[in-house]
Amino acid sequence: MSTQVPESETETETEAEPAGESHQERRMAEKAAKREYRDAEKKAEAELRAAEESVHLKVFRYDPEVEDKQEPRFDDFYVPYTKGMTVLDALMYARDHYDSSLTFRHSCRQAVCGSDAMFVNGRQRLCCKTQLSEMAEPVRIEPLPHQDVVKDLVVDMEHFYDQMHAVEPYFQSEDVPKEEQRQSRENREKIKMSTRCIWCGACMSSCNIAAGDNEYLGPAAINKAYRFYMDEREDEEELKEHRLRILEQEHGVWRCQTQFSCTEVCPKDIPLTEHIQELKREAVKNNLKFW
Amino acid sequence: MYEHDVIVVGGGGAGLRAAIAAQEEGADVAIVTKLHPVRSHTGAAEGGINAALREGDDWELHAYDTMKGSDYLGDAPAIETLAQDAPEEVFQIEHWGMPFSREEDGRVSQRPFGGLSFPRTTYAGAETGHHLLHTMYEQVVKRGIQVYDEWYVMDLAVTDEETPEDRSCHGIVAYDVQSGEIAGFKANDGVILATGGPGQAFDHTTNAVACTGDGYAMAYRAGVPMEDMEFVQFHPTTLPSTGVLISEGVRGEGGILYNADGERFMFEHGYANNDGELASRDVVSRAELTEVNAGRGFEDEYVMLDMRHLGEERIVDRLENILHLAEDFEGVDGLKEPMPVKPGQHYEMGGIETDENGHTCIDGLYAAGETACVSVHGANRLGGNALPELIVFGARAGTHAAGGDLGEAQIETGERGDIEYDDTELPYQPGEVGMDTGGVAADGGAVAADADAVVEREVEAQRERVATLMERDEGVQHSQIRADLQKTMTKNVNVFREEEGLKQALRDIREIREAYQDVYVDDPSRTFNTDLQQTIETRNLIDVAETITLGALVRTEFRGAHWRAEHQERKDDEWLKHTLVGWNDGDPTIFYRPTILEGENKTYEPKERSY
Repeated sequence: MSTQVPESETETETEAEPAGESHQERRMAEKAAKREYRDAEKKAEAELRAAEESVHLKVFRYDPEVEDKQEPRFDDFYVPYTKGMTVLDALMYARDHYDSSLTFRHSCRQAVCGSDAMFVNGRQRLCCKTQLSEMAEPVRIEPLPHQDVVKDLVVDMEHFYDQMHAVEPYFQSEDVPKEEQRQSRENREKIKMSTRCIWCGACMSSCNIAAGDNEYLGPAAINKAYRFYMDEREDEEELKEHRLRILEQEHGVWRCQTQFSCTEVCPKDIPLTEHIQELKREAVKNNLKFW
Repeated sequence: MYEHDVIVVGGGGAGLRAAIAAQEEGADVAIVTKLHPVRSHTGAAEGGINAALREGDDWELHAYDTMKGSDYLGDAPAIETLAQDAPEEVFQIEHWGMPFSREEDGRVSQRPFGGLSFPRTTYAGAETGHHLLHTMYEQVVKRGIQVYDEWYVMDLAVTDEETPEDRSCHGIVAYDVQSGEIAGFKANDGVILATGGPGQAFDHTTNAVACTGDGYAMAYRAGVPMEDMEFVQFHPTTLPSTGVLISEGVRGEGGILYNADGERFMFEHGYANNDGELASRDVVSRAELTEVNAGRGFEDEYVMLDMRHLGEERIVDRLENILHLAEDFEGVDGLKEPMPVKPGQHYEMGGIETDENGHTCIDGLYAAGETACVSVHGANRLGGNALPELIVFGARAGTHAAGGDLGEAQIETGERGDIEYDDTELPYQPGEVGMDTGGVAADGGAVAADADAVVEREVEAQRERVATLMERDEGVQHSQIRADLQKTMTKNVNVFREEEGLKQALRDIREIREAYQDVYVDDPSRTFNTDLQQTIETRNLIDVAETITLGALVRTEFRGAHWRAEHQERKDDEWLKHTLVGWNDGDPTIFYRPTILEGENKTYEPKERSY
C-alpha cells in the first residue's frame, strides 16, 4: 500500500482531453481499468497463495471432556496467508474453516481487551497485535504457561484476578464530588504507563517467581498498586502506609528478582520491573519492617 | 437457581455503572457477563466524554448541539437529562480515580469534537474508554458486587401475557461458559440489559467480536420494540485492513483528511465549508465514500488522515494510542506518514426502547448504554456522547431498578399512547421461521403464576435448545451463516442505501433464517464451547439485522446517518417520528411514535444541519 503523500498537483495527464469526454468520465474509465487490473492481480495472487503461500500453525489442543483430546497434543493447520494477517486472524481462519472446536479467547482484536494473550513461538504475546510475517514457521501457539489449561488455548484466569483484587485496586475515599480533584500533569505522566494495563496476564505467565510461588502478588497486581500509590489524588499518609503494608508482605515486592521478563513481554510497554523497584524503595524509605 | 435483587447483564461501562447505582440504592446486585468486565468493548472507546463543565458552556448548549446532531430525532427529555447529569457523573468518575488528561492548573482537559459548539470533550489520552472501564470495575471490586464472569446469558425469563405491556421480567437464563452448566437467575427487582452494540452484523466494524447484539435480540423476542434501528453510525476513520478505530480526537486536535489528488476534500469539494473535518460523522463518512466512488480515493478504497503537522510532542501527549494502532494494525508510522482511513460500522444509534429511567415497556426489564435507545442520539450520534450516555443512563437504570425515585418518565414506551402503524409492503415475511423461536418466553401460552416458575420454565426451554443444537451431527455451521449475513448487510444496508438493495437484504435475511434452521454445533464438549456460544449469538445477529433493514426500508427520507438514494431530503412533515419494530411473537409489526421536541424550557425547532 502506498502511503506517500500525494503531491498537491497529481494532474499528470498532459494529453488533450478527447472532445465530449469530461474529466469525470475519464476518471471513471481509468478507475474501471485500474480495478480490472487489480482484480486480475488479486486473482493471480490468490492462486499463488493457494499453491504455496499458506502459513503453518502448530496449535496446542486439549479438552478434558473429549476422549481423543484428553491427552494434550499439537494440531497442524495450514492457513492461506494475506498481507497484514495476525496470529489471531490465522486462528480464527483455522477455526471457522477447518475445526470449529478450536477454542481460544478473543474479543476486541485491537489490543485493548487483553483476552488473547498466548504463548506464540516461545513468548507471551497478544495474538491480535502479532503479525504472522514476523513469526518463524511453523508458528507454534500454546496457552499461557504456568496457568491451568481449561481447554485448547484457554487458561484459567481466576488466580490472576484474585491477585489483582488483593492489592485493593481502587480509590479509598467516599467523598461526594462538587468538582474534579486537581492532578498535576507531572503526576498524571508519572502514573500514565501503569494505568495502561489490560489484565492480559502475559507478565504473570512470564515470571519465574510467580511460577514457583503461587502467593506472589506478581507484576500486574504490583503495577496496579503502584498506580494508586503514586497517584497524588489519594495522598493521605495512612492510606499510603496501608498500601505499602500490602506490598511489603512476604509474597509482595521483595519477591521480585528483577529478571525483567514481565517488562519484556508486556504488550503495553509498561515498565513493570521499574515500578516494582520503585515500590521497594518506597518501602525502605518508609522504614517499614522487612519480612 | 441463583437469586439477586437486580441482575445486570453485561459488564461494560453501562453495566458497571448500573450495578454501582443499584448497590448504592441498597439492592443486592449481580453482574452476569459473557466476558470478564475488563474485557468489555467500552475499553476500546478512544475519544472522550462530553460534559458541560466550564465557564462559557452549559448543559443547555450541550443539549442543543445534541439535538441538532441527532437531526431532530432525539427526544428532548432524554437529551436534556444527558446534558444535565453528565457533569456530575464526570466529576464522580474523576473522584473514583479516572486518569483524565490535565490542564496546567490540574483540572481535567477538554477538547473540540465534531458537532460541538464548545470544546467539551473530556478525555484520557486516546484511550478514554479503557480508563473509564477499569475505573468503574475498580469500584465494583471495592463494593464487593458479585460478578458472574464468562456466563453467557441466553434469554430472559418473562411472563407471557398477550401484550408485552402486561408482561413482567423475572430473571434470566445463562450458562457457565467454562462448565456448560445452564442455570436460572431470578431477579427480585429487575433485569438491566447492558450488552453493547451489534457491530458484528457487518463485516467491517470497529466493534469487538463479542458485540453480537444479544441484549437487543433477547428484549425484542420478549416483546420490547426496537427503536430507530436504521440509524447505524459509520465512523469515518477506521483502518481499512481491520476496522480498528482511529479516534475522532485526531481530527479534534487538527488532523486533516485528503484524497488521492491531494485535496483537502471536506473544504475543496464543499462537504462542510465551515467545520471541514469536524463536521459530524455521517457527513464525513459520506464525503469520504463520495470521494472514493468518484475515483479520488486511494486503491479505490480509502482516503488519508494526516496528523504529522501537529508535531510529535502533541501527538504523543494526546494521541499516543493512535500511533500504536496505526503501527500495529496498518504498519504505518503516524509521525512520519498519513494514515489510511475509511468508514466502518461503529455504533447503533437505535436499540431497545426505553424511557429516560432506562425502563422498557415490560415491567422489571431495563436497558442502558449502546443496546438501549433512550433516544439521545436520534439519527446521528455526536462523538463523545456515547460515554456520558453509559454513565448517565446506566446510573439511572440501576437506581430505578433498585427502587430509587427518579420521578415520572416523560417518554412513553411500548405499543401505547400516540402511535401509528406502518403499511409498507414488504418483499418477504420477516420474523420467525419454523419451530425454532430461540426459546422465546412470550409465546402467548399460559401465564405462569410465580417468578420461580417463570424462570424454571425458561431454563427448561434453553436446556432443550442446547440439547437440540448439540445433538445434530450435520447441517450448516454458524460461521458460514454469520459470514452470509455480514455480506448482505455490508452490501445493502451500508452508508448509502437503495430501495432494491434493502429489499434484497430482507430476502437474504429470510434465506439466512431458513439456513439457520439447520445450524449445528460440531464441538461435542461442554467445556468452554465457543462453537455453541457463537451459534446462539448468530441467531441474535439475524434478528437484529432484520430490524435494522426493516427500519431502513420503511423510512423513506434522508436523515442523519440514514441516506436513501430515492429520497434525498429530510422530510420533517412526515418523519419527525421514531421507527419501532415489535417482534409480536415472531410476526414483526412496524409502528411509529412522534419525536418529543419539547424540552424543559424550550421547544427545539428543526433547522437545517449545516457544518
